Order: sequence, then structure tokens, then C-alpha cells
Amino acid sequence: MNRSIPWLFLSLAVLLFGLGPAAAQQAEADPAAIVQKFGGKQSFDATEAVIAELAATGDERVARALRALREGDLYWRESDEAVFIATRKGSDYEIFDPLTGVSAGTVPSGDLQKVRVKNSIRNAVTGALGTLTLRAENPAQRMRAASTLFSEADPEMIGPLDAAIAAEEDSAVKARMEEARASAVLASDLAAEEKAAAAKVLAGRADREALTMLIRFAGATDDPVAKQAAEAAIVAIQNNIAFWNQMQNVWYGLSLGSVLLLAAIGLAITFGVMGVINMAHGEMVMLGAYTTFVVQEFIRNNAPGLFEWSLTIALPLAFLVSGAVGLVMERGLIRFLYGRPLETLLATFGVSLILQQAVRTIFGPSNRQVGNPDWMSGAFDVGLMSVTWNRLWIIVFALVVFLALLAVLNKTPLGLQMRAVTQNRRMAAAMGIRTPWVDAMTFALGSGIAGIAGVALSQIDNVSPNLGQGYIIDSFMVVVFGGVGNLWGTLVGAMTLGIVNKFLEPFAGAVLGKIVVLVLIILFIQKRPRGLFAQKGRFVDA
Amino acid sequence: MKSAMRWMQKTAVAATIAAFGVSGSYAQTPSGEPIKVGILHSLSGTMAISETTLKDAMLMLIDEQNKKGGVLGRPLEAVVVDPASDWPLFAEKARELISQNDVAAVFGCWTSVSRKSVLPVFKELNSILFYPVQYEGEESERNVFYTGAAPNQQAIPAVDYLMNEGVERWVLEGTDYVYPRTTNKVLEQYLKDKGVAAEDIIVNYTPFGFSDWQTEVSRIKEFGSAGKKTAVVSTVNGDANVPFYKELANQGVAATDIPVVAFSVGEEELAGIDTAPLVGHLAAWNYFQSVDTPENADFIAKWHAFIGNEDRVTNDPMEAHYIGFNMWVKAVEKAGTTDADAVIDALPGIEQANLTGGMSKMLPNHHITKPVLIGEINDEGQFDVVSETEDLVPGDAWSDFLPESKKLEADWVELKCGNYDTEAKKCLGDAATSN
Repeated sequence: MNRSIPWLFLSLAVLLFGLGPAAAQQAEADPAAIVQKFGGKQSFDATEAVIAELAATGDERVARALRALREGDLYWRESDEAVFIATRKGSDYEIFDPLTGVSAGTVPSGDLQKVRVKNSIRNAVTGALGTLTLRAENPAQRMRAASTLFSEADPEMIGPLDAAIAAEEDSAVKARMEEARASAVLASDLAAEEKAAAAKVLAGRADREALTMLIRFAGATDDPVAKQAAEAAIVAIQNNIAFWNQMQNVWYGLSLGSVLLLAAIGLAITFGVMGVINMAHGEMVMLGAYTTFVVQEFIRNNAPGLFEWSLTIALPLAFLVSGAVGLVMERGLIRFLYGRPLETLLATFGVSLILQQAVRTIFGPSNRQVGNPDWMSGAFDVGLMSVTWNRLWIIVFALVVFLALLAVLNKTPLGLQMRAVTQNRRMAAAMGIRTPWVDAMTFALGSGIAGIAGVALSQIDNVSPNLGQGYIIDSFMVVVFGGVGNLWGTLVGAMTLGIVNKFLEPFAGAVLGKIVVLVLIILFIQKRPRGLFAQKGRFVDA
Repeated sequence: MKSAMRWMQKTAVAATIAAFGVSGSYAQTPSGEPIKVGILHSLSGTMAISETTLKDAMLMLIDEQNKKGGVLGRPLEAVVVDPASDWPLFAEKARELISQNDVAAVFGCWTSVSRKSVLPVFKELNSILFYPVQYEGEESERNVFYTGAAPNQQAIPAVDYLMNEGVERWVLEGTDYVYPRTTNKVLEQYLKDKGVAAEDIIVNYTPFGFSDWQTEVSRIKEFGSAGKKTAVVSTVNGDANVPFYKELANQGVAATDIPVVAFSVGEEELAGIDTAPLVGHLAAWNYFQSVDTPENADFIAKWHAFIGNEDRVTNDPMEAHYIGFNMWVKAVEKAGTTDADAVIDALPGIEQANLTGGMSKMLPNHHITKPVLIGEINDEGQFDVVSETEDLVPGDAWSDFLPESKKLEADWVELKCGNYDTEAKKCLGDAATSN
């Protein structure tokens, strides 16, 4: 974009011409006139100056214009440089007055230019809104204002904050405002007792931001009373943070473990129960993820209202798709190779490459976008740890899948037959069980479960043809570590590996952490070749 | 299904082009024996996601050139091979292109390790490679022309921009391989030279295709809560980016608090993510699709027509191929032959308009001049340019911020050397570069 040089001149001109009238208008400070200054091609500095000017009016109506600016919804019309809030309506824009929000008709998109923003502009708006919305009607807005003021720690805000605290009725907002006041007090030149009290308030908040403020304050102050109070608070907060760090590692470990469990649980059937070294297992997971993509694409085009349900709809379909592919694989290939592990390994590896390239040809090599439904987006705080909804739901989902599979194996006729066939094939056949049919169903079940895992993994990983490759090694690791042929072993193995990995990561880094885990597993397998939960009994070597 | 439709459209377009090519309905019909051009990009494996697009872009450029009458009156013929994201296979395929197919020049490679793997082949068989991707620098070879950015054309200006925005604490987050490691070494030294304290920098590496970013993101959050403005400089490569950005969004790390500036995330990579939570995160490139120039509008229109899909994006390495290919055409016309030695000598000094309104020039060190643009991600998956260098920046092969390479200079016109030691006044030659 080589327009920047003319832009520079333009914005200089705007500055020169714009500042003259601005000085004259300062006396009246009419927000409607000031807002119009966003129009025309502006430099970022000029835009920031207009924001400051708007904030100085103290008029609550400017909050609407400022918020629109931050969200990138503020536009100016090319014909007369008039400023509007605009929302897209088909190929046109509906425009609104920036202060009152009254509709001013629709215009074609070519007539409007966006007021340019960047991060520092967004921050300037947030700062300005903090001052403006301290007395807003909506408690959520007041809460946000207090949080902004907390991090700004501006002594000049103590007065307005005192007034706001006196008028505040919502206790949560009030507490946040008191914290904001405390941070401002620490930065001010008030008496030492006031500061010691402020340090106590911050100690109650007990998070990293408060810690930073207290450390800076303790280093700067000479007053023994305030310093002592601050240092006591620092120790308390540090202990609190250390505790929550450990909690966080456990949580992240469980979360990683649940992902490993999901990826490995299908393999626990095909490899663990049947003994088939299935290198195409990862591709079954990938097919599940692509099924989710297709379902979402279909819903987007035909029934957008169902989007929140897209994952629920994708689950059975993913099971059927991957299960069907697994069935075809077993009937068409694997059944000829039973008892020949090396050939099975090579053949399934070939299948995995074929599936990858097929998906690449149909859907293209680039990542496909799978959206998160609202209930899987965002996070909430537990103490000092933020728990993301998608991870939480994946843990729940992994456990549900695990329990369901356990129930299928132990409570259904198919499960009974599966166990019979794996324990003693000839005896089972003699009892009248159709062993080839049971083999096919078992393999299809394992593949279908992998497909279900793909639905969940599409929420946290790339949906690309390579999706499966990233999980295949980890899956085998979990199944071997946990003990081949034992579902509980897979569960405990996955969770152990997840937690060990996450406790190592902060010290060793992600790369070294993974290597250390691998070395530990090798050593463990040397000691216990059959994994954590070894199968016992006569049929072990059968 | 939609994608099947696209595929059919694409095939139809290709068929039409082929039909036109054969019937020769053009004013200047190229004739004679075709000049072969090699395309060495992975069409399968991990890197297919990025490299397939470049193969298509090259086919488009060659097609365009043939419509304009070819080169030296002869038609161009693309020879496409698939090195399958397998680094040793790159060398094998390069050898096949040069000795069996007898190509005049090769356009290809993405990762630095693939470039390093083909280098000996190009030197031994004396052919030409155009390399279109931003890379870590510290290299200048007689047979290679680097049309992507060197660190001083991407990383350093990006850090300068953030410093201007008041950033004081830095997280250098990268994938564990040669490009991030070298770039971060350069950046760390640069930041320290600028007076950033060692405790205000953390460097962290993750494996290829890393997907569980919880610990890393919470560490970034913690590092950023120290009261100083913090930014992340990301050299995270390829597939690992999507989960990284998803985790940032989920843990509520907004660009206004901790901006992430990425050197490997372009329009193509954003196509796989919902960008609404990422608005304001940054990328530094020499080209953005959103750049508003007539050349760029023309290029995008041609690309959409060629690929038969309005949704496909253009990106920086595509522009690099555009510049490199046109420079090669001009050099061949200037030399009057496709002979490698003559073309290598003709290339330095060749100028070619880039797509952002400037005139890029091939320098004696085999790098080119480029503008540096900083863009913020917007909610349409594109970038809004927030800063741009006033002049084109010449690519510097050897970083001035690393003590061991500060004294080195690359000049293939006067000095005929890729690593001339200005202190010892001699050319170090192959012994020093083979590592």
C-alpha cells in the first residue's frame, strides 16, 4: 500500500486544519461535533486525540460511538465525511447516528470507509470508557470500568472512585471498585496508614496483578508500616499462586490425559483386544473430524439455527462413517492377515496413506474450519486458574465414552462374544459363535469409537488430512503403557501420561518434556513388558 | 457436494486453458522447443497445506507468460514433481528435475531444511533455484535466489513497530527447528542491544504440530501480568498455529493486552480459524491480499479465474514467486539464453514491480528489496495494514546483530563470494557454510 505518503500529508493537513476549529469548539465541547472529526482519512495519532477530546466532554452518550470505534463498526461517508455507526445488511450497510443510535437509512458498502483502528486505539477507547462508565446503569459495565481503573492505577481517579463506591449497591462491583481505589492509593502520595490499608485490600485479591503492584510498592516506599503490610501481603499471595499453579498443572494434565484417552480408546479395542496393529487408526479419527466439518457445513447452508446442535448430530454420523470404513477394511484386508503382525502393520500403513490422500483430494490440503458452539467457547475462573469450557467438556465426554464402551464390553451380547473370541477363538467357535462376524464387528466398533473421538478433537486441533498422524504414536504409547487388552489400563495410562507431561512441561519445556516421558515409558516397559495392568491367565499368549 | 463442484470447475478451467494453448489462438504464438521450468513443492504430507498453493500459483504464472508469447519466443513448460514433505526426497527430486528433465530453473522449497537439502544438488549440477519463503538468513549461495524476506525484512521491523507501541516484555515463541531458532537468536540479540533486560525476554520452543498449548498460554499470561506491556513474537510454524490461537482466544488473551505478532501466519493459515477472537493480533509480511493497488487487484482476479474459486486467498510467498518468476523471465531475455551461468550473471540488478506498488530489485547478494508491512488480523480473515516502511528494505543475507556474521558480506557481482569476511579480507567459501 503505497498510499501512506499521501496519507501522511492528508492527515497532517487534517491535523492542521482540524486543530484550529477544535480549539474554538473546546468551549462548548459539543460531542456531536467532536465525533464528526473521526471522518476523513486520519492518522492514528489524530484518532487518538479525538478519543481524548470525547472522553473530556464527560458526556455518557459518547460511549456508544467509542464502543463502535473499538469494535470496528464506526464508518465515515466518502461524499461528506459524516461519521456513522454501520452494520452490514446484505451487500448494503444500515447506518446509525453515532451518539443517539437513531437509524439514518441504508447506503451501499462502496460509499463507506471504516475508521481505522489498531490495538493502541482500542486501548485508548477502553481507558476512556473506564472513566465514562463508572456510573453507568449496567452493573457489568461498571465492573469492566472498575477493572480498567484497577490496572491503570491512576491517583487522580481516587475522588471519582470514592463517589462511585458510596453510590454502589452491587457488592461484587463495590469490591472491585475498592480494589481499584487501593491500586490508585498505592500509586498516590497519601499517608502511610492509607497505603497499608490499601495493601491489605490488594492482599485479599491475591492474584498476580495485585502481586506485581505490591512488589513495586514495597520496593519504592520508605515507610516501615506500609512496607511491612505490603511484604506480608506479598508472601500470602505468593503462597496462593504456588498452590494454584499446582492445581493448574493437575487440571491441564487431566485435560491432556482425556485427549490421549479419546485418541487411544478405539485403539484399545482394535489393537488391545484384537491384537491388530492398526496404523490407520489416526485416519479413523480424522474421518470423524471431517464428518463434523461436513455436518457443520450442511447446517450452515441449510439450517443455521441448528448450529449449537451440530456436534450432537455429528456424533452418530462420525461413528457410522468411521465404523463403516473400519468394517470395509477388516472384511477387505485385515481378515486375510490375522496372525501376521508385520504384514498387517504395512498394509494398514498403506491404507492410512490412501485415506489421507483421498481426503486431501476431496477436501483440499488446507485446514477446514470447524466452529465451536457457544457452549464450548470461553473460560471461567476457579481461584487463579482459568478453566476453558472446551477442555472441560472434552474431559466429560472422554469419560462418558469410556464408560459406555466398558458397558458395551461387559453388559451386551456382542461384548460377551468379543471377549470369548479374544480369549479362546476355537472354543468360542465350537460354542457356535460366528467368529469372523465378531471380528468384523469388533473392528468396526473400535474404528467407530475413533470417529467419535474425531468429533471432539475437531474442537481443539486442526481439521486437516494430517490430523490422525499426530495422534497415532501417542495412542500406541497409551495402550502399551496401560496394558494391552485392558480398558482400565488405557484410562489410567492416558491420565498418568497427561499429568506427568504437564508437570514436566513448565520445567523442561514442551520438547524436552515429551522426550523425558518417552524415555520413562521405555524404562517402564523394560521393567513391566505388559504395561500397567497386565492381562493374566492362560490365554495371555494365545 | 460443494468441493466436488469446485474440483469440476477447476478441471474445466484447466481444460479450457489447455485447449486454448493447443489451438494457439494468440497474437504471438510461442514456437520451438519448450523451455522447461521445474516446480519443486510438496503436494502431499505435512507441508502440502502451504506448498500446493504455490504450485498452482506457478502454473498460473507460466500459463500467463505463454499467453504473452513465452520466453525468447519459445513456450514454457512446467514440470511438476512431488517431494512429499520428505527432506531427502527434495534432493532426489531436484536431481531428477535438473538432470533428467533438463529444466532451466527450479521454483520451490518451503522449509529451510528442504532448501538445505537441495543446495548441494544445485551447486553440483549448476542450476538455479528460486526460494519464495521468508527465512532465517545466514546464507547466500550462487545458485539460489531468495525472493522471500530475510530477518531484517520481517522480524526486525515487526519488533521495532511493537517497541513503538510501548512493548517492554517479550515472549519469543517458536517451533523447534532451524528458522525459529536462528530468528530468535537474532531477535534476542537485537532486543538486548536495544536495552531490554534479560529477565524481560523468555524464549520457548514447542515441537512440530504441537496441539496442547494450555501450559504455554498460561505461562504467557503470567509473564504478561507483571505490569509491563508484553508481546509475543511467534515463529510457530504450520499446523500448530490454529490450536495456539484457539487456546489464546479461549483463555481470554486479547490482542489489546498481549498482542501476538507472527511471521508464519498469513491469509492461507487464517482460512482454518474463526478470526473474530483474534482481531488485533499481528503479522509482518511483505505483501497482504488486502493491499489496495491495481497490480494486486489484477493478480487476485487472475488467481481466482485460474483456480476457479472466489474464496481462495493470495499470500506473501505467492507474491515472492510472482516477483521471482518475472525476474527470471527478464534475466533470460536479457541474457538471450537459458544457460544457468549467463542467467545467474544477468539476474542481479533486474527490477520487477511488486504487488504493493513498489519496484523490487535483485541485489548482488541474491536477495531482493521489499517493503515491510505490519497488519492486524480483522474479522474477515484478512489483514488491515497498520504500519509500513517508507522505502523498500534491501534483504541482508548475514545479520548485523550476530557477532559471528556481522563481518560477513555476500556479493556475487564484484566479490563473487557468498560469505566474504570483511575483516580478514577473504572469501570463506564452502568450508564455512557447510556447518
